[in-house]
Amino acid sequence: MQDSKTTNNEKSSKPLGSLQIPISGGREAFLLHLADNALLLAQRNSEWCGHGPVLEQDIAITNISLDLLGQARNFYHYAAQLTGDGATENTLAYLRSEREFKNCLLVEQPNGDWGQTILRQFLFSHYQYLLYGQLQYSNDEPVAAIAAKALKEVTYHVRWSSEWVIRLGDGTKESHERMLKAIDQLWTFTGELFVPVAYEKETIIGFDLPSLQQPWFEKVSAVLKEATLWSPNFGEAVFMQTGGKQGIHSEHLGYILAELQYLQRAYPGAEW
Amino acid sequence: MNISIKKYYYGDIPEETAGGNELKNSIVPPSGGGGGWPLWEVFIRSKQGLDHKHAGSLHATDATMAIENARDVYTRRQEGVSIWVVESKYIHATNPDEAESLYEPANDKIYRHPSFYDLPDEVKHM
Repeated sequence: MQDSKTTNNEKSSKPLGSLQIPISGGREAFLLHLADNALLLAQRNSEWCGHGPVLEQDIAITNISLDLLGQARNFYHYAAQLTGDGATENTLAYLRSEREFKNCLLVEQPNGDWGQTILRQFLFSHYQYLLYGQLQYSNDEPVAAIAAKALKEVTYHVRWSSEWVIRLGDGTKESHERMLKAIDQLWTFTGELFVPVAYEKETIIGFDLPSLQQPWFEKVSAVLKEATLWSPNFGEAVFMQTGGKQGIHSEHLGYILAELQYLQRAYPGAEW
Repeated sequence: MNISIKKYYYGDIPEETAGGNELKNSIVPPSGGGGGWPLWEVFIRSKQGLDHKHAGSLHATDATMAIENARDVYTRRQEGVSIWVVESKYIHATNPDEAESLYEPANDKIYRHPSFYDLPDEVKHM
């Protein structure tokens, strides 16, 4: 239904920067940021396991969760190699505290209803699509390889979540209102995605992060219009929450980590 | 001895046997039951050059959603390279009650199998 808008978008995204990236300082932090984003959204989505609105969508959302978990593992694995000092993908995921997590605020927001979960995935997947689209050209080979592989998964997430935004937005009166409520809840967390912090400088990631904002806005707007959810207010400057990427999180993250890290904290080194 | 066993297939269970009647008028569709969405049959081609084979069925509101659901439910373990879906109501089937007249007459006609020839050794791949 939405092929033209959601899946064929910029198959051949072109590199925006010079891509001469030194592996130094900010690189590990940037890798952790990428990994934390994926891990936290995977954890949130996995909360739907066994609770999806229908069996088929229960499987769909947990599939997406596993895709994201795989991306997180790859980035953690690489970050651990660069960090050295006995770090592994497990220590990075399970033994850091809230302030050390660099994920954006959007991915740690609660699931809410199905509409809110869909919208969160939709807003984030469109961002991830553009981000990985650039990172696949990185001169850092592992990053380029992980991004290129993940891009195929994210392309499907974009398609799947866009379909659902349209279905719910242009669905019944109730689903429409729930989607508007979800936009109200989540829109304020989208600005942070495009505001670079120290480890996202152009010299580190190879392109100018804010340059992704306009294409993101255009893609998201096109789908929201089709879903009859669009309002001109979205284009205006509204207050945007920031801080997650520097470790200043909402109260939700602590609870997520308590559940995510419980086993390794209670039984250090446990394996099965 | 007259024992009659009625076997139900997925999606065939009559209303009165299915239980959950008290839910019938509630607003929330029973979780996992497809929420009153139509049933679709899914056919998967496992690799290029092979036929699409029936893989199972699922619930979806329309063809687009049926294909996406099929991708998530039936191709997670690299089962396929192509998916067909068709709404179950469009599949016409033989009536099991007519099995005797339809299939049994073939039982005693083994000469229809091409197994009564002596193959020369030179012929391979038969």
